[in-house]
Amino acid sequence: MKTVFAKSVPGRTGVLPPKADKTARDMLPQNLLRARRPALPELSELDVVRHYSRLSRLNYGVDANFYPLGSCTMKYNPKFIEAAVNYRGFTDTHPLLAQVDGGEALTQGNLEAIWLTEQLLQEVTGMRAFTMQPMAGAQGELTGILLIAAYHRAKGNKKSKIICPDAAHGTNPATAALAGYEVVNIVSKDGMVDPEALAAVLDDSVAGLMMTCPNTLGLFEQHLPEIVRLLRSVDALLYYDGANFNACMGRLRVGDVGFDVVHLNLHKTMGTPHGGGGPGSGPVGVSERLIPFLPGPRVVKKADGRFGLNHDLPQSIGRVAPFYGNFGVYLKALAYILRCGAEGLSRATDYAVLNANYLLARLRGHLDIPYDRICMHEFVASASKLGEYDVHALDLAKALLDKGYHAPTIYFPLIVKECLMFEPTETESKEMLDAFCDDLIAICERARTDPAGVKAAPVTLPVRRLDETAAARNMILTEVE
Amino acid sequence: MPFIPHTPEDTGAMLKAVGVRHLDELFAAIPDDMRPKSFALPEGLSEYDAAARMHELAHRNAGHVLSFMGAGAYDHIVPAAVDALTARGEFYTAYTPYQPEASQGTLQGIFEYQTAVCRLLDMDAANASVYDGGSAVFEAAMMCVRAAKKRRLVVDECLNPLYRAMLHTLAANVDVVIVTVPHAGGASDMDTLAAAIGGDCAAVIVQNPGFFGVVQDFAPLADKARAAGAKSVMLVNPVLQSVLKTPGESGFDVAVADGQSVGMALSFGGPYLGMMACAKDMVRQMPGRIAGRTKDLDGKTGYVLTLQAREQHIRRAKATSNICSNQALCAMRSVIHLSLLGPEGLIRTAELSMQRARESAEALTKLPGVSMLNDAPYGNEFAVTLPKPARQAVAALLKEKIAPGLPVCRWYKGLENVLLVACTEKTRPAHIRRMAQALSSAL
Amino acid sequence: MSVKPDLLYSPSHEWARIEGNEAVLGITHFAQDQLGDITFIDLPAVGDTLAPGKEMGSVESVKAASDIYSPVAGEVVAVNEALENAPELMNQSPFDKGWMVRVRLSAQPSGLLDAKGYEEAVANEAH
Repeated sequence: MKTVFAKSVPGRTGVLPPKADKTARDMLPQNLLRARRPALPELSELDVVRHYSRLSRLNYGVDANFYPLGSCTMKYNPKFIEAAVNYRGFTDTHPLLAQVDGGEALTQGNLEAIWLTEQLLQEVTGMRAFTMQPMAGAQGELTGILLIAAYHRAKGNKKSKIICPDAAHGTNPATAALAGYEVVNIVSKDGMVDPEALAAVLDDSVAGLMMTCPNTLGLFEQHLPEIVRLLRSVDALLYYDGANFNACMGRLRVGDVGFDVVHLNLHKTMGTPHGGGGPGSGPVGVSERLIPFLPGPRVVKKADGRFGLNHDLPQSIGRVAPFYGNFGVYLKALAYILRCGAEGLSRATDYAVLNANYLLARLRGHLDIPYDRICMHEFVASASKLGEYDVHALDLAKALLDKGYHAPTIYFPLIVKECLMFEPTETESKEMLDAFCDDLIAICERARTDPAGVKAAPVTLPVRRLDETAAARNMILTEVE
Repeated sequence: MPFIPHTPEDTGAMLKAVGVRHLDELFAAIPDDMRPKSFALPEGLSEYDAAARMHELAHRNAGHVLSFMGAGAYDHIVPAAVDALTARGEFYTAYTPYQPEASQGTLQGIFEYQTAVCRLLDMDAANASVYDGGSAVFEAAMMCVRAAKKRRLVVDECLNPLYRAMLHTLAANVDVVIVTVPHAGGASDMDTLAAAIGGDCAAVIVQNPGFFGVVQDFAPLADKARAAGAKSVMLVNPVLQSVLKTPGESGFDVAVADGQSVGMALSFGGPYLGMMACAKDMVRQMPGRIAGRTKDLDGKTGYVLTLQAREQHIRRAKATSNICSNQALCAMRSVIHLSLLGPEGLIRTAELSMQRARESAEALTKLPGVSMLNDAPYGNEFAVTLPKPARQAVAALLKEKIAPGLPVCRWYKGLENVLLVACTEKTRPAHIRRMAQALSSAL
Repeated sequence: MSVKPDLLYSPSHEWARIEGNEAVLGITHFAQDQLGDITFIDLPAVGDTLAPGKEMGSVESVKAASDIYSPVAGEVVAVNEALENAPELMNQSPFDKGWMVRVRLSAQPSGLLDAKGYEEAVANEAH
C-alpha cells in the first residue's frame, strides 16, 4: 500500500483551523524561521480516514484474533473501559493545574483516581505503597532499581551488582546496566532459580536480584523462601518483574512473601490495550523500607479527606515522569479493577492458569514439553523434534498466522531451544483453545509430510516473509521526498 | 463473572483433561504459608456502576477551567478523526509488531510517523517513539554519551525543569556529570553555553522555544559543539516547528520533542509522546523500535522492525536502552493528526497560537505593574513579571476557574513574580479579555 | 573451507594472521555461520589499543549481536573500511575480504590455537 505521503496532492487540505491575521514572518525575524514548509501529507479528511482504515485492516488484534503470546498477556480489553475514562475532567485537565496554589481543589477527582488506583494495587500485591509515574514495564524496572540503589546509598552500603536469572526478560539486565550495575547471570536448575547458584555469587556487593514469578517457563519459583533468606543475609533486595502477574491475583501477594519492589504491567494484567506497542503503564510498588525513596510528587489523602500532592520528599529519587505517568492508561486499569473486584481478579488468574494447563494437556505429545508439569498461566514447548524436517519454531509461528492466530512468543526464554511460549489468558473460550490446538497439531503433522509447505507460510497475509537482512543493511527508515 | 467465557461444563471438561479435580490443585506449587494474607478489594461492579463510579471521579474535578497553562503540555484542537481511527481494534488491540506479516498496519503507520517526524524536524531518522519529552531528553543524552565517548552534559536552564529533573533522576547511577548553565533573564545564555562546550563535553542540550517561550538561533551553538567533538540536542515544540527554524537546519545531531501537542489530549499528563530523531551517523545509537522498509519473498514492499540487535531482547545488558513498550498508539495518533492538518493546518495552528499569545501579551502588559520578562522573540508562550507573587495571583484567579498561566517560582528561585502564559488556536479574544480583567482585579 | 591452516585462532572464534610485527584480525567461518547474515560491524578506530581477550568491536545480524574480542595485544593501524557498506563480506569471505583490523603487535601472541586445535574446539562446541 502506498504511504500517506505518496498519496499527497499539492494544494489539497483536510482539517484546517482558522487562519491568523498575522503570519510567522510578521511575528518573528527571518533568521528564526524555517526555510520551507514541512512536506507533510496534503489530503482531504476522507483521504486520511480511508488510508488509515485500510492500513488497520493489515493488522491482527485481540478484537479479531487469538494471541497466545507468552509473557505478554494479550487478554481481551473490555470496551466499557474506553467509555469510562473518556469523561471531560479526565481528558481536559492540565497536569500542572494540581501543582499551583489553589489548583488541588480543582483536580480532586483526578488526584483521588490516582490515590485510589495506588490503594487498590497495594491490596492486590501486598506492597505498602505505589508510584504511578512509570510509563511502561521497562521504566518501572528502572524506577525499581533506582529505588534499590537509593536504599543502599542511604544505608551506606557499597553495592555494585544486580543478579538476573538466565530465564529473565531482556529488560532486566538492560535495566540493571542502565542503572549503573554490573549484571551477574545465574544458571537455572530444573527451570528455577537455584539457591546454590545464587549463594555462589552472593556477597556484600550484591544490591539485589530481579525475579519473575512465575518465571518465564511458567513455573512457580519453588525456592522463593530460601532466596529471600539468602538475599537478606547480605542486605540485598528482591525485585519482582510483574510481566507474569496474571498468574498471581488472589493466589500470591508478592508483598507478603518478601519482595521489596515490584512493577506491574497494567497493559498486560489489568486489561488495558497494547495499542501496537504502547502506551502502557508500569506502576511500581514497594515495601515499607523503600517508601521514602519513591518518586514525587506523591498523592496524599489529607486529614479532612481531601487529596493533595506532597512535594516535600527529601529522600526521593526524584522524577521518572514529568507528571503522574500515563494517567489515561491507568484510569482504564482502575475501571477494570472496580469492575472485577476481588472475586473477578482471582477468577481471572484461576482461569488463565486453567486455560494454560488445558492447552498444555492438548499439545503434549505433539510438541516437546521440556518442563512437563502443572504450569501457571503460561508454558513453554519446543519445536526441536521437527528439526529433522528443517522446520523450526519460526515456521510454526508463521503457519499459525495463516490460520488467523497470532504466533506465540518464540525463541524466548533463551534457555529452551526452539522455544514456543504459550499464554492463552482467561478470556479465551474452550472452543477457541480447541480450534487453536487442532490447527497447531495439524501444522506439526504437515511439518513431517510437507515441510516446504510449512516453511512457505504465511501465504494468506498482506505480505509473505520479509527480508529483514536487507532492511538492516540498506536502512530505509523514511519516505524520501 | 465478566470476561471469562467458561461454562461449568467447560470448566469440568478442562479440569478433567488436565487431570485435576479442582482449580485449587493448579496452584499446589504455591506453599500454604505463602497464600495471600488479605485480598480485600471492593466487590465488583456492573458495567454501568463501574462507569458511573469513574464518571463521579471525573466530575469531582472543577469542570471547565479557562486555562493559559502550557509549560510543555498544550491544549490544541484534536480532529475527531484521530480518535475514530485510533479506536479501531486493529490498531488499538494489536501487540508490538514482532510478527511483521500480521502487523503491516502498525509497521507502515510507524514508518509514516518516522517520516512525518523527520520532515517536521529536518532530521535523517526517527524512532517509533519513547514515553514523553523528558524520557526523550534522557535517551538523547545517553546517545550522545555513547557516540562522543565523553561524560559531561551541558544543559541549558531554559530546558523544561521537569525534564531536567527527570534527567537527574534517570542518569543518577550513570557515570555522567550534568552541568546546568543558568538562563539570562528568561533566555538561553549563548556565550556561557558555548564556553561550557569542549574538553569532556559529550553534548549540549537546549530547548527552542525555551521554557520561557523565547525563540533563539541555536545554529552557532551546534557549530561550536561539532568543532569541539561534542554532540548537540534540541528539544522543540512540534506545532511551532512548522514555522520555526528546524533542528536540522540548525545543525543539531539529535532532535527531541513531546508530541502531545500534535494529537494528544492534556489528560492530566499522559499518555503523551516522546519524539526522537537524529542525524544519519547517530542512528545506531538510537534507542527503541525503528520500522524499516523492505521486500517480501515475492518482491512486494513491506515493513519490519529493524536494527533490533541494539535492543534489550537481543543485547540484554549491552542494549542501547531498556525500552520495549513505547507510545505506539500515540505515535499513530500524531501521524494521523499531522496528515489531517497537513502543512497548511499545522502552520495555521502555529500562527494563530502565536498571534493569540501576542494579543495576550498586549492585554497583560497594559495592566499596571505588569511587564514582559524580556523583549526577546517568542512563540505561543511568554513570561510576564507581575507586581506581586505569581502564586498569589494565580490562586486568586483559580477561585473563578481561570488559570492565567504557571508561576515558575517552584523551579526558578528569584522569579517569584513571573507568570508563564501560553495560548493555542483554541484561545479566543474573549478569553483573553476575561483573563486580563480578572488578573487586573487580583493585582 | 572452515579453517585456514596458516592462521592462529582464539576459542572465541577470532583469527589472527601474523605478518612480522603486525597482525590482521577477523572472525572465523564458524563464527559468521553462527551469526547468520551480518548486517553491521562495529570496528575499533585507528590508534585504539587492543588487549588479548578484551572487546575490540561487535558484529550484528538480524537476530543476534556478538562482541568480538581481540586475540592479540597491539595498536590498530588500519581497519577494513569496506565492511561499513558491505558487511556481507564477512559472511562471504571471513578469512580474506572480511578482515576487520590490522594491528601493530606490542607483544608476541600467546595462548592461541593452531588450525587443528581450533577445529577440535569447534567440534567440541558443536556437541
